[in-house]
Amino acid sequence: MSALLRFEDWSDPVPAADREVVSQLPDDDQGRPPLLFVPGLGHGAWAFAEHWIGHAASRGFPAHAVNPRPGGDLRAQAHDVVQTAAALPRQTVLIGHGTGSRVVARALGRYPARAAVLIAPVLDGWAALSAALRSNPAGTVPALFGGRLKFSGRQLFGPDLPAEEAAAHLERIGARPRAELFARDGLPEPVGGPPMLVVGSPDDRVVPRPALDRAAARYGGAPLLFPGMGHYLMLETKWAEPIDAILDWLEKELPPAG
Amino acid sequence: MQDSPDLGDRGGAVCVVGAGASGLTAIKNLRELGFAVDCYERETSVGGAWNWRHDRSPVYAGTHLISSRPLTEFPDFPMPDTWPDYPHHSQVLEYLERYAKHFGLGEHIWYGMEVKSIVPVGDGRWDVTIQSTGGGSSRVQRYAAVVIANGHNWAPVTPEIPGDFTGQVIHAAAYKEPSRLRGRRVLVIGGGNTGCDIAVEAAQHATRVWHSTRRGYWYFPKYLGNRPADQVYHRRMSAWLRDRRFRKSAADLTRWGVPAPDHAPLESHPIVNGLLPHYLGHGRIEAVPDVTRYDGASVELSDGRRIEPELVITATGYRPRFDFLAPELLDIDEDGRPDLHLHAFARKYPTLAVVGLVQPSAGLFPLAHWQSVAVARWLRLRDTDPEKAGVVQKEESQRPLASWSRRKVVPTPRHWFEVDHVDYLKAVESLLTRMETAK
Repeated sequence: MSALLRFEDWSDPVPAADREVVSQLPDDDQGRPPLLFVPGLGHGAWAFAEHWIGHAASRGFPAHAVNPRPGGDLRAQAHDVVQTAAALPRQTVLIGHGTGSRVVARALGRYPARAAVLIAPVLDGWAALSAALRSNPAGTVPALFGGRLKFSGRQLFGPDLPAEEAAAHLERIGARPRAELFARDGLPEPVGGPPMLVVGSPDDRVVPRPALDRAAARYGGAPLLFPGMGHYLMLETKWAEPIDAILDWLEKELPPAG
Repeated sequence: MQDSPDLGDRGGAVCVVGAGASGLTAIKNLRELGFAVDCYERETSVGGAWNWRHDRSPVYAGTHLISSRPLTEFPDFPMPDTWPDYPHHSQVLEYLERYAKHFGLGEHIWYGMEVKSIVPVGDGRWDVTIQSTGGGSSRVQRYAAVVIANGHNWAPVTPEIPGDFTGQVIHAAAYKEPSRLRGRRVLVIGGGNTGCDIAVEAAQHATRVWHSTRRGYWYFPKYLGNRPADQVYHRRMSAWLRDRRFRKSAADLTRWGVPAPDHAPLESHPIVNGLLPHYLGHGRIEAVPDVTRYDGASVELSDGRRIEPELVITATGYRPRFDFLAPELLDIDEDGRPDLHLHAFARKYPTLAVVGLVQPSAGLFPLAHWQSVAVARWLRLRDTDPEKAGVVQKEESQRPLASWSRRKVVPTPRHWFEVDHVDYLKAVESLLTRMETAK
């Protein structure tokens, strides 16, 4: 249940900010709910625009990805997601990736999504940090002291992705981690009880398998797994498999009215 | 051979009366808990009071919200953050239309249909008689529960002033736009938010403006510095500090002849109008006392003065009306005042509720939202766990009135449904928690 007393939102509302939204609509409106992809740390809406948004639109789902305001804290980012979702014409499916899942989880405490998908979710920042330290200590340690987080291709992608493609993506990925995105504090119960799906890979070197299981258990299920893929499922060579599975799940969970 | 099903029996469906803000949120929250819903709306579109094309809408061209966006919007569907702090009524309507579309509520609303009667049939169910607004044949549908959301700002209360007046008298409900005021001498009767708003509009358009108020209110500004005042008041703070802030930020209008308030700041509905002191101070509004009688072209005041307005606007409020059911169902007394638990739940009929019948110190929509969430959860609990529902009902019926209704308010019909935004939400929260945890 969402909090009834929201003193912070009442007395100190998040100010308006520009939000970049990338959209692709299906050729004909079949009445399906819109999808709103929320990127996590280190990437932007472009990561979904590469393959997934167009593919979702081709399967009849209006697809959008939002870049929450740069530098915004978790509250501001969740606000940006809720504002974008509420501006869409129909009740929206929220889909977060990485720390974007944490933003989505927070937004779900406010906005009754039609459904929600958390992909390789970083809900437990400590688990992600220790995984990053194990797989990429040289790139991670400087970030602990306010420096740049330097990812490695091996850390983020599966072995199938050609090295030059991985290198091109890595050029675009990177950010200074914000402490609260990695916090471990409680997340709200989703309002309206939306169907929830957790998606990931057992070979993800950012979100370990036990963290995926815990995230799925928190929302009452088991994770849908894609072995052999890395953290960035939407940029992998086999990018179509997870998005098709997600869209199949949505079609099953949200049958058309009538 | 099987009997054909009774087409008039809607089984476990819930009937919602009205598709204004309260009706829309009731449909949404009932649907969210899996109820089938039929909503009957006498007009041909949503928005209720906020749709100024509707016969019964009290809004006029210049109406803006008097509570700021974050305190007015539905908690799960924010208004665009690019909108002004105090949106115009046309934006509020656009917001309600978007809310209805976003959550697909339209397919559950029967437009142009008026509820003529609601009658209990003995097993907690209700026979609802519906007729098209223009007349024609009626039909009866049976429902598991009824949620009334017909609004309470559409049946005008007109003051009884003796004598005859040769000028024009209208109720604020009939006031739509300022061309009506242009170049005329205008008397506005009523010190509520509408009366103050119209007096301020008159100050900008009429040749002369008198504003008659019987009692003094607390007049708050819309802004404290550059912040909407209600956002400053709704910080987490103790009651005495909030009271102190109210007292410090209220305008003292007594030097312009407006009576001083005879009650504490939150014992009457707050008046939010930063322009009233401005126009009093510029001599564009003249404060006058109560009107005692009409006498031809003159209006006599309680201090013996006579004034000669051409137009009198009575901004003297509205009364709730529930013509479609027997008064005892809502424990309505001879004055027309219903007695409902949390101003929402009928005391003797567990499947009958009213949403939106509150006058909060901030926006109404959040309260209507949480009321309808509570109603939906309550109806669901009765289905799934009648024993637990019985426990909750017993505990809730013992909740003291003072815990959810303002302890002391000015004893007028204007304040029948006055509640403190925060205290009321606390009470609803405790009911929701109890429904989750009761053994």
